[in-house]
Amino acid sequence: MDANASARLKKRGSAWALNIALFISMLIICLPGLWIVLNSLRPTVEIMAKPPVWIPRELSFDAYVDMFSGVGQGGIPVVAYFRNSVIIAVTSTIISLAIGMSGGYAFARYRFKGKSAWFLGLMLTRTVPGIALSLPLFFLYAKVGLIDTHAGMIIAYTALNVPFSIWLIDGFFRQVPRDLAEAAQIDGCTRWQAFWQVEFPLARPGIASAGIFAFLTSWNEFALASQLTRSTDSKTLPVGLLDYTAEFTIDWRGMCALAVVMIIPALLLTYAVQKHLVSGLTSGAIKG
Amino acid sequence: MATLTLSTLDKKYGGFHAVKGIDLEVADGEFVALVGPSGCGKSTTLRMIAGLEDISGGELRIGERVVNDLPPRDRNISMVFQSYALYPHMTVAENMGFSLKIAGRDAATIDTAVKEAARILDIELLLERRPAQLSGGQRQRVAMGRAIVRDPDVFLFDEPLSNLDAKLRGQMRTEIKQLHARLGSTVVYVTHDQIEAMTLADRIVIMRGGVIEQVGTPDEVFNRPASRFVASFIGSPPMNMAEATVTRGALHFDDGTEVPVPPTFTVAEGRRVVLGLRPDDVYPEGHGIHSESGHAVDSRELPVKLSEPLGNETLLFTEFGGENWTARMLNPRVVKRGEVLRFHLDLSRAHLFDAETGLTLRG
Repeated sequence: MDANASARLKKRGSAWALNIALFISMLIICLPGLWIVLNSLRPTVEIMAKPPVWIPRELSFDAYVDMFSGVGQGGIPVVAYFRNSVIIAVTSTIISLAIGMSGGYAFARYRFKGKSAWFLGLMLTRTVPGIALSLPLFFLYAKVGLIDTHAGMIIAYTALNVPFSIWLIDGFFRQVPRDLAEAAQIDGCTRWQAFWQVEFPLARPGIASAGIFAFLTSWNEFALASQLTRSTDSKTLPVGLLDYTAEFTIDWRGMCALAVVMIIPALLLTYAVQKHLVSGLTSGAIKG
Repeated sequence: MATLTLSTLDKKYGGFHAVKGIDLEVADGEFVALVGPSGCGKSTTLRMIAGLEDISGGELRIGERVVNDLPPRDRNISMVFQSYALYPHMTVAENMGFSLKIAGRDAATIDTAVKEAARILDIELLLERRPAQLSGGQRQRVAMGRAIVRDPDVFLFDEPLSNLDAKLRGQMRTEIKQLHARLGSTVVYVTHDQIEAMTLADRIVIMRGGVIEQVGTPDEVFNRPASRFVASFIGSPPMNMAEATVTRGALHFDDGTEVPVPPTFTVAEGRRVVLGLRPDDVYPEGHGIHSESGHAVDSRELPVKLSEPLGNETLLFTEFGGENWTARMLNPRVVKRGEVLRFHLDLSRAHLFDAETGLTLRG
């Protein structure tokens, strides 16, 4: 066998090995998700069986039917939780994006005193674990009457999401050449129009990514929500999972069913937004 | 089209004085090039005209209007950027029609204007492409198309050819010149390339350190440079210079050589001066641009340190007056390193500058 043939074989072999490794990694990543879907469709006995039952003997949608059958008939106020989650996650995402865009743009475009310190300060807030804030936040909210309100949760999540949004969006605005906004101004745009017509469309992948991150953080957050919400007025879906725990038992099937209900909107949103995550949109703006 | 007037225009960035009260009058339809080394204030001046930089002092008029505080969109100007600055998310047609769309013109008007500009620039087939799908030269054309669609009072060019390769640059230079002849527009063109300035402009403004060193036609700045700086900046290869003292009607160089004071100058005894001679005016016998008759020629034998054959001519490097000088040899023959040739110095075409101020001593 000559050197070329063996090199070719080696190249093909390593491509196969890489594909197999990727497949196994993806399997490991997806397995918990699949396990949740599977568990929502089978009885607790089978879920708890040791050794685990991989192929279910029977599948039923009882957990879903129960969940929506109303409080007192084995159900939980899932519609109220869902509504709370949507209101809180969507509102806090919109506010985070508005602040993130303004902040990111300012950091990317303007020079001002203490810029680095401000930026570092914002990033440092992310080093504090959310759960460490729950007690001080609880006291504060109790004082100002924000416990068990949508507004309280929206404020908390916005504060959590803003630093990351600013950081992410700043990076994308930096990639948009300054000349473009200036060219737009010469072409007749106001500063504001130049932003919306030229800079915003080009930074859209970054803004979309920041949006997904902010939404998922608010949608999935449990630790703070479990402290700051009390009733169906403000409880979110992750906190709703606790409704399936009783003093001595945990209804794993119901919990998994609710988890599936939680996952679906997040998946749909990510799918809808991902087409905006096309990078490299700025190529060709300037010499290249 | 309109005139453009800069009166004691000033720009300060904190403590840094970038443009120091310059005056300039650009006539209607005139092509003016601003040239100078990096940091001379030429781009800042252009950006002040465009409205992209605040004006610290003085007055800027386009036509009869004072536009000092008007935003760029109210100045009716167009600008071609060094980076082209095409909108990557729009097609070529959308890029070119953007200003009209913002101005609220109807689709049919925009379409007609874009097609007309595309026809002039020969980019009709590119209209549906995006900037990323274009070559450098094509992007340059689109950027110019975007500028002419607006039908502005003044065109501004900010080093528009510096990102192109040498061949394309030459080609685009010709096209810009043809475009200007066709549109008859008022143009301010910033470049650091003096060849671009010489070939394109009706008048050249040479700037240094935030001030204007000289304003003049290409012929004036080349043949009658106002200062040593202008003389060395304009012309390629640059003008040969050597410092000397005037003694008994002759220039005495520091290395002991001497030549007569050039015939068109009268300078006081003992004065320190700089003699300037373009490479065209220093040539080996029988290989010059000008014939020797009728010219005040000083001849001497000098060894050639290096030669650069360019085909139609050869540049010869030698030492004179303690400086390295370049001579241009037309109808060249092979010259060996170290070969001693008889060089003619055409003193009737020489320049003299004051050694201290650098200003010309021509009356």
